[in-house]
Amino acid sequence: MTTASTTDRVALVRAIAAQHLSDRGALMPVLHDVMAELGHIAREDVEAIADVLNLSVAEVHGVVSFYHDFRTEPPAAHTVALCRGEACQSVGSQALYDATVARAESLGDGVEVAQVFCLGNCALGPSGTIDGRLHGRLSAQRLDSLTKEWH
Amino acid sequence: MALTLPTVRIFVPGDAAAVSVGADDVAAAFEAAGAQVVRNGSRGMLWLEPLVEIETDAARVGFANVTRDDVADLVEVVSRRSHSDLLDHRASIGVVDEHPWLTSQQRVSFARVGVVDPSSVADYEAHGGWAGLRRALSLSPGEVVQEVTESGLRGRGGAGFPAGIKWRTVLDTPSDLKFVACNFDEGDSGTFADRMVVEGDPFTLIEGMTITAHAVGAGEGYVYVRSEYPHAIAALRRAIDAAYTHGYLGADILGSGLSFDLHVRVGAGAYICGEESSMLESLEGRRGEVRAKPPIPAVKGLWERPTAVNNVLTTCAVPMILADGGAAYAELGTGRSRGTQVFQLAGNVRQGGIVELPFGVSLRELVEDYGGGTLSGRPVRAAQVGGPLGAYVPATGFDVALDYEAMAAAGAMLGHGGIVVFDDTVDMARMARFAMEFCSIESCGKCTPCRIGSTRGVETIDRIIAGKDVAANLVLLDDLCETLATGSLCAMGGLTPMPVLSAYKHFPEDFERHIEPHDIEQSGASR
Repeated sequence: MTTASTTDRVALVRAIAAQHLSDRGALMPVLHDVMAELGHIAREDVEAIADVLNLSVAEVHGVVSFYHDFRTEPPAAHTVALCRGEACQSVGSQALYDATVARAESLGDGVEVAQVFCLGNCALGPSGTIDGRLHGRLSAQRLDSLTKEWH
Repeated sequence: MALTLPTVRIFVPGDAAAVSVGADDVAAAFEAAGAQVVRNGSRGMLWLEPLVEIETDAARVGFANVTRDDVADLVEVVSRRSHSDLLDHRASIGVVDEHPWLTSQQRVSFARVGVVDPSSVADYEAHGGWAGLRRALSLSPGEVVQEVTESGLRGRGGAGFPAGIKWRTVLDTPSDLKFVACNFDEGDSGTFADRMVVEGDPFTLIEGMTITAHAVGAGEGYVYVRSEYPHAIAALRRAIDAAYTHGYLGADILGSGLSFDLHVRVGAGAYICGEESSMLESLEGRRGEVRAKPPIPAVKGLWERPTAVNNVLTTCAVPMILADGGAAYAELGTGRSRGTQVFQLAGNVRQGGIVELPFGVSLRELVEDYGGGTLSGRPVRAAQVGGPLGAYVPATGFDVALDYEAMAAAGAMLGHGGIVVFDDTVDMARMARFAMEFCSIESCGKCTPCRIGSTRGVETIDRIIAGKDVAANLVLLDDLCETLATGSLCAMGGLTPMPVLSAYKHFPEDFERHIEPHDIEQSGASR
């Protein structure tokens, strides 16, 4: 993740937003690009995007807060996202999720455990992503072995 | 017949499901051994993934559940022996095209998925691609709409609205600008057909959207993909680039004068954006809040212009309908449910995956014959059909035929064709609670019944599970569900009662576990 100063950050966000000025409905693509580039959408990013796209700060903030993917704080070093959809629940994902939340610290330093509703891998559940990479047929043991390098 | 490695094509699915159980590692190991690897889609026999196929002069021989550690052995067999030796290998499942799970199906939407190289325009054409577009471009827009109307094609996103009628409305609405939008926000748990068809055969979607654009007079199209599908997004973007390069998108397509630009837009983790009007809001760069209807999107959709909104599978049926004629498509199916339906077997099922059959197959046939029962080996207790907003059907009701009308008559819905199987350890009161919880998390918040009602629903079911005033709370729950069903703006709040009430109707014992005799007597007073 870029550790730019606030001025550099705002300049970068303005540049990203400007790239999408000719797109219809540019806000979502802009927010995705900021997330990809900087890991989260900060308060000053919202103001910069609003200014470039000629939207109100409230409009941009409203969109950022509506969607689960757009985060306003930097992410943890590692993320485990486990599916809680019905198909994964039918093969024990709820117990896996509860247990993983309870022992998030034991997975390693700075690990965030998130819930997700359906990764489209419903015949090979329980499914989840580990640092963005999709895994099927997860179990507590497989999770441990897939995250063992985090310690 | 001796085979040597470099001349043999080895198919290792790049489908997300196959990747989730190690297909990338397998592909890398084959490539490291010098093999010519094709990353095809998945054949839909997901319990066999990673399903590697080795092409010989005779056929493609399949190997199930291949791991990185199996690769060296397979490479040796391939480089040394014959077609029959491949068939004799311990991991061989025989010639994939002859597998009974596939030969008993009628694959229309999935005809090319797993077969072709999804990155190759030429391979798509060699397997019948672009024939529908070529014929469509030789017809007037009205004739194309007529063909789709005759096919009886209905929206596959869940609502089942006739596609031809929708297209006719867009075509007949005058406007300076019209749009085509594809709803690829496949958020229902237990469904993955849209994802698999786009990952395995993305050009079909592009062709279907281009035909739609010609039919309704649109010059611009948007595919709204959920962010949880990064593999599909990559496959689609790659295919769109290739289609532009080869003149199937852009200005003057195939010399016809039709110009059509296609854009991919990515969602951001909001289930509600699968609802068509909130998808349109999201595409316009706003919060995904549901719009009140009318006006319908066919009249006022994206940026207030007429917009043809179709689901992925609806769009993917279009090229075949144009290539072979609407009448050929209408010959498949039953009653008013024409064509084939792509069923998705998921959850606690031994053989999960894609089963494409004409409408009318029974739920029992799918779960027991194709699915082979539960993965856990325990008895099947229930299946949820049609996603998180679909009904729970008890195992005793599995003889219901799967078509739009028969399902509606049984108090259920077909939805997007997802079937999630549960064994006898499932607690249906917990599943009902989850349906309410899911609604409370994913509600867009615009209307009160959905936003507040779902939270009250969770609380009410919590009290039932805890054994507090069970009888009174069941009455309250029923009342609440009626409010959601009749007072919500869209299907999110409107259909959440379906899983809740079907769970109670068929499995009351899970809700009444803690009920006491005095509870019933006092229920009137305690309300």
